[in-house]
Amino acid sequence: MPTKIEKDSYTGTDTTGHEWDGIKELNTPIPSWWVWVFVASIIFSIVYVILYPAIPLTDSATQGVLGWSQRDTLATELAVRDEGRADITASISEADAAIVEQDHTLRTFALRGGAAAFAENCAPCHGAGGGGRPGYPVLADDDWIWGGTLSAIQETIRVGIRSGHDDERYAEMPAFADMLPQGERIAIAHFVAGLTGKGDPAKAAAGAVPYQDNCASCHGEDGTAVEDTGAPSLNDAIWIYGSDTGSILKQISNPQHGVMPAWEGRLDPVTIKMLAIYVHNLGGGLQEDAGL
Amino acid sequence: MSHAIPTDQAAPQTYADNAVRLFTIATVFWGIAAFLVGLLIACQLAWPALNFDTAWLSFGRMRPVHTSAAIFAFGGNALMATSFYVVQRTCRARLFGGESLAMFVFWGYQIFIVMAATGYLMGITQGREYAEPEWYADLWLTIVWVVYLVTFAGTLVKRREPHIYVANWFYLAFILTIAVLHIVNNLAVPVSINGIKSYSAFSGVQDALIQWWYGHNAVGFFLTAGFLAIMYYFVPKQAERPVYSYRLSIVHFWALIFLYIWAGPHHLHYTSLPDWAQTLGMVFSVMLWMPSWGGMINGLMTLSGAWHKLRTDPVLRFLVTSVGFYGMSTFEGPVMSIKPVNALSHYTDWTIGHVHSGALGWVAFVSFGALYHLVPKLWNRAGLYSLRMVSWHFWIATVGIVLYITAMWVSGIMQGLMWRTYDALGFLEYSFIETVEAMFPFYVIRAAGGACFLIGALFMVVNLYLTINPPHEEKVRNIKPVEIG
Repeated sequence: MPTKIEKDSYTGTDTTGHEWDGIKELNTPIPSWWVWVFVASIIFSIVYVILYPAIPLTDSATQGVLGWSQRDTLATELAVRDEGRADITASISEADAAIVEQDHTLRTFALRGGAAAFAENCAPCHGAGGGGRPGYPVLADDDWIWGGTLSAIQETIRVGIRSGHDDERYAEMPAFADMLPQGERIAIAHFVAGLTGKGDPAKAAAGAVPYQDNCASCHGEDGTAVEDTGAPSLNDAIWIYGSDTGSILKQISNPQHGVMPAWEGRLDPVTIKMLAIYVHNLGGGLQEDAGL
Repeated sequence: MSHAIPTDQAAPQTYADNAVRLFTIATVFWGIAAFLVGLLIACQLAWPALNFDTAWLSFGRMRPVHTSAAIFAFGGNALMATSFYVVQRTCRARLFGGESLAMFVFWGYQIFIVMAATGYLMGITQGREYAEPEWYADLWLTIVWVVYLVTFAGTLVKRREPHIYVANWFYLAFILTIAVLHIVNNLAVPVSINGIKSYSAFSGVQDALIQWWYGHNAVGFFLTAGFLAIMYYFVPKQAERPVYSYRLSIVHFWALIFLYIWAGPHHLHYTSLPDWAQTLGMVFSVMLWMPSWGGMINGLMTLSGAWHKLRTDPVLRFLVTSVGFYGMSTFEGPVMSIKPVNALSHYTDWTIGHVHSGALGWVAFVSFGALYHLVPKLWNRAGLYSLRMVSWHFWIATVGIVLYITAMWVSGIMQGLMWRTYDALGFLEYSFIETVEAMFPFYVIRAAGGACFLIGALFMVVNLYLTINPPHEEKVRNIKPVEIG
């Protein structure tokens, strides 16, 4: 073996005597702190293996002297949480939403629970705080399509809109592109825009009669929607698919229809009730006797 | 010395360096591609409209393009370039199979990269992280990899040095283990011989465990063992100092190899993986801390007697800084594997920051150092075109990394804390979308860090190009084969 052990002049340590492409190696001992930390990490691991489930056996594994298990820990944590609020959820479950809304403790709990559920499930379409997005109605105002009372909101959340649920809220506006000539549709668009002082009054005049013939049965003679038709009012500044005559014409010709899923079965009844109370309190909730 | 070159050969033998030169160019090319796509998807996370509503540019397809380009195209070519260079020099032997086998490995590997990347763009994936290519690409890579192993191991066998240098232990461990990992994790049944779709041989939690046994050891053997091999040759070469401790190298090598392979289950903490497997994944990761640091100690302490060179040699600065980042991320890794820490860090940006302190700080920096060392030698130049440009590259890239990883630490820990915040009544305080919204500024900082890293690398491209093609030199020296010394 061609070994030539030399002393490194800088460190005073011997080399191992080998050389590869000019690279030599010093025969420095392993730093003792390295050895001790390595040993400490091994001791830590042995202790951990004794304390926790670790060694696989033929059909199970050692359970560890602490008896810890991931599944039990989760179950315990959930049980502790549920136990702490069992009374309050039971009360909400049994009481009518209107009664929950009147009780200070229940109302506080429901508003918080509703807010958490709303942020996870509803905000993607209706916006944070029910602020709405193009195509998705604002929930923080008092303009409601399917009713703004507590019970109506709760029902809408439960069954959804055009959702396929047995009790779904359903309404469909016909596509007038196949039913009316374009000139009439343009005139109606200007008439509708005119209900809020927009559009071209000269063109709107020709739209008055076709509007009454085709639209008023749902949207109302003056644009105030007829109750329970699922049609939005057209005489206010609140629009789902746009307020300019072009957008209105598009909606008359080939209307879009949004879909809201039915939450029954996805969310438990208590959460749906809390959501209804939260939405009802966003700013525009109506009282039971106030109608639409 | 008794190992003089045999005299019965007519002409002196030379090193087979043609493939090494090609691998070197490919490393730079794929590096830029990886950094560019990384920057794109970092920007997409901040501004989602940047996918331009096209399927091809969507995050889901570009993300594996980025990770595969960084790990396998950039990292893989760097490993192949340096391993073929180093094994010849440290064995004083021409590559087994000469230029032709090495060329097969080069072109075979580039074809694999293109097969994988085009598949990702078209939405073809196995859905296994870092093992996305479908069965046809996997089979082809297996052939190429076996030829790579034969070339490398064959050269070791015909070495004319009595001992095998430590860098070669690490290269061999990397090549062998990656072969095993690749084959087992990709065991799958194709739906038809004419189709691209296949189904894994494993299912359920076993499938997840096999995947992360693979995934973690892609980190352990590809990005750690392989790049430690680069460190073990290029640091002592560039510093012109002996390796600090032979004894440490041998102990930390075997400890690293033995422990790494068991650490994968820490990727599956708090999942349906049985508790006992999670425990073992964690304790093997904790025990891995010192074996990992053995490489850092050997890298840094090799500089004793040469620290002053950092003032004048930016290439050495790259190499030393890379070892520092290596030490940092191999400490962070075991910490993150501890279950209560993992409960906070898992699925958050902290993981992304951890990976990038390793990928940018360690893997890319040690590769940059090696490239700056290699190119003048391979193209027979006196030195690099500009050391000042190396210095600029170093500082811009370092600022980029610091921006990147600090942004991800803050963002990740914030994200983890927001996810677990409950109010007094037991309801979640924040919705998921609120956590995403809160991360926006950090996504922008991360993209800025990525842009710095890319700009730095473009300095390197210009510098290496001008080193190979000097603009003002009258007599361009030609590449000439290097005789085996």
